[in-house]
Amino acid sequence: MRALTWHGKHDVRVDTVPDPELINSRDAIIKITSTAICGSDLHLYDGYIPSMQSGDIIGHEFMGEVVEVGKGAAHKLKKGDRVVVPFVISCGKCFFCEKNQPAACDNSNPADTAQMSEIAYGYPMPGAFGYAHLTGGYSGGQAEYARIPYADYGPIVIPNGLDDEKVLFLSDILPTGWMAAENCDIEEGDTVAVFGCGPVGLFSIQCAFLMGARRVIAIDHYPRRMAMAKGLGADVLNYHDVNVNEALVEMTGGIGPDAVIDAVGMESHGYAIDNILDAVKASMFLATERPHVLRQVIIACRKGGRVSVPGVYGGFADKFPIGAFMEKGLTMKTGQTHVHRYLPKLLKMIEEGKIDTTFMITHRMPLEDAPKGYKLFKDEQNDTVKVVLKVQ
Amino acid sequence: MTNSDAYSGDAPVSTLKSRAGSAANKEAAQDRDWSIASIVGRTITVNRPRQDVYKVWRDFSAFPSFMENIEQVTQLDDKRLHWVVAAPGGTTVEWDVVITEDTPGEVIVWESVKGSGINNTGRVEFKDAPAGRGTEVTATIVYEPPGGDIGRLIAKLFRREPKIQVRQDMRRFKQLMEAGEVSTARRYRISPQAN
Repeated sequence: MRALTWHGKHDVRVDTVPDPELINSRDAIIKITSTAICGSDLHLYDGYIPSMQSGDIIGHEFMGEVVEVGKGAAHKLKKGDRVVVPFVISCGKCFFCEKNQPAACDNSNPADTAQMSEIAYGYPMPGAFGYAHLTGGYSGGQAEYARIPYADYGPIVIPNGLDDEKVLFLSDILPTGWMAAENCDIEEGDTVAVFGCGPVGLFSIQCAFLMGARRVIAIDHYPRRMAMAKGLGADVLNYHDVNVNEALVEMTGGIGPDAVIDAVGMESHGYAIDNILDAVKASMFLATERPHVLRQVIIACRKGGRVSVPGVYGGFADKFPIGAFMEKGLTMKTGQTHVHRYLPKLLKMIEEGKIDTTFMITHRMPLEDAPKGYKLFKDEQNDTVKVVLKVQ
Repeated sequence: MTNSDAYSGDAPVSTLKSRAGSAANKEAAQDRDWSIASIVGRTITVNRPRQDVYKVWRDFSAFPSFMENIEQVTQLDDKRLHWVVAAPGGTTVEWDVVITEDTPGEVIVWESVKGSGINNTGRVEFKDAPAGRGTEVTATIVYEPPGGDIGRLIAKLFRREPKIQVRQDMRRFKQLMEAGEVSTARRYRISPQAN
C-alpha cells in the first residue's frame, strides 16, 4: 500500500509499504477514505518528538471502510462498515475504560513502551495511532490501510449519506473541542475566553455556545482563523494589537471570564518531550516548556473560575503561577480526550445539523500530496487551517 | 513476604530502598540460606473475579504468553513444574520448580529446586480489590543474583533489569486477563520490522 512515512525532521514521504494484517483477535483492518493532518503531527514533522523511527507511518485522524475483522471484533463490526477511528486506542475492559475514561486505558500501550511513560508520568499511558513509540508505535492512518486494535470498542459506524468531511473530525479535534468546553462547566450567563483559534480552539468556541455560554471571546493573531472564530459568533482579540488581560477585564464588567480555555499548549513552542526523558533520567526538574499561554489563562480567569486545558503539554512548566491559581481558587481540568465517550452524542448532533465540521477545511488533496500538505500547514498557518487528505 | 522485620511501616518489601532495602535483602537471603538475595515485585489490579485470575495463573502453561523470557512451562506432577527459559543465541536454560504453597484464590508460592543454577522463588497473592474493581495481584520474586561467569550469563538471560521485567510481565498478564489479548503494535504476522 501507499503510506506517509516519517524519515526525519521535515522529511515525510509517501512510500510503498506492506499492507497491514490482522494480528490479534479484536483487530480490524480498514481501507482509509479520508485522513487529516493534525497540529500535533507538525511536531513529528519538526522532529521534536523522540522515539520516532524512520519509516513510521503517521497520522491519527482517519476514517474508512472495514475490509477485515478478527473474531473478537465480529460482534461489533462487519466488512463494508464505514467507521471513524478514535486517535486514542482503548481496550474497553480495564478500570479506566469502564469508568468511561478511555484516554487513560491501562492496556492499549504495549508493555515495553508503556514502561517509558510510567517513568515519565508515574503511570503507564495508553496507546495512540501514528504518534511515536512512547504511545506504542502504532502505525497511523495517513495511509491506504490501517490495523485497528480493539476494533470492537473504538470505531464508530457511520450511517450512509453522511460525507466523510462531516464526520472525519470525530476522530480527534471535535471531541477534543467538546471536552474542552465541557471542562469549563458552563453556567448561564458565562463568558468563556478561548486562547488559540486553531481547529481545536474553533471547535471549543462552537461547543461552548452549544453548552450555553452567553459570550465567547477568542484570542489569536492569524486573520483567517480570527475570521472563522467571528463566523461562529465569538468576539475576537488580536494579541498583537491588544492588551489581552485588560481587554478581558473591560469586556466582562471587571468580573473576568468565568472560564478560560488554553487551546494552544506547548506545541507552538516545541513539544520537547526528549528533554523530559533526559530530565527524568537525570532526576533533575529542568524546565521543558515555555508555558506562556498556560500562565496567561490562569491570570485571565476570574476568581473562582474554571481553567480548561486541551492544549498539549509534555513535561515541566517553569514559573507556573501557583499563587494566582491558589489565591483565586481556580479549578483546572485537562487531559487527552476521552474520544469514545463523546462519539454517539456528537455523531447525532452532526446528523441533526447542530454542529458544522466542514467550515475549517481549507485544503483538500490526495494522499500522494501529503508532503506538500505538511509544508503548507507548517509555513502558511494563516491560510492553512485544516488539511484533509483523500485516499483513493 | 510483603512485610519484613527490616521495616516497621506498611510498604510492600519490594518498594524498600536504602538501608531498609538492604536489610530486607539480607533477611531474605538468611531465610533461604543464600549468600545474597534481591527482591522485585509488582501489584496490578485485574478487572476480573479472584477465582478466575487465580485459575489462569495456577495453570502456569499460560506463562509464555505474558512472560517474555519463558518459552515453556510443563507440569511434571501436582507440585513440580519444568521451566524452559530463553537464553541468548537461540539457546535455552531449564530448571525445575516446586510449588510450596497453594491456597486456591489466595496465594501460590514456588521455588526452584536446589542445583537450578539460579536460586529463585516466587509468590503471587490474590486479593479482592475495593468496590468491585476486580482482583489485586501481587507478584514478588526473590532471587539470588549469581556472581562470576554464571552471573554474567544469567544477566544476559534477562533482557532487562529484573525489576522492569517483572513490571512488564505483569502488565502483559493484565492485558491478557482484561483485554483478552496482549497489546502489540505489530503490523505484519511475519514481521519485516517486528515491534
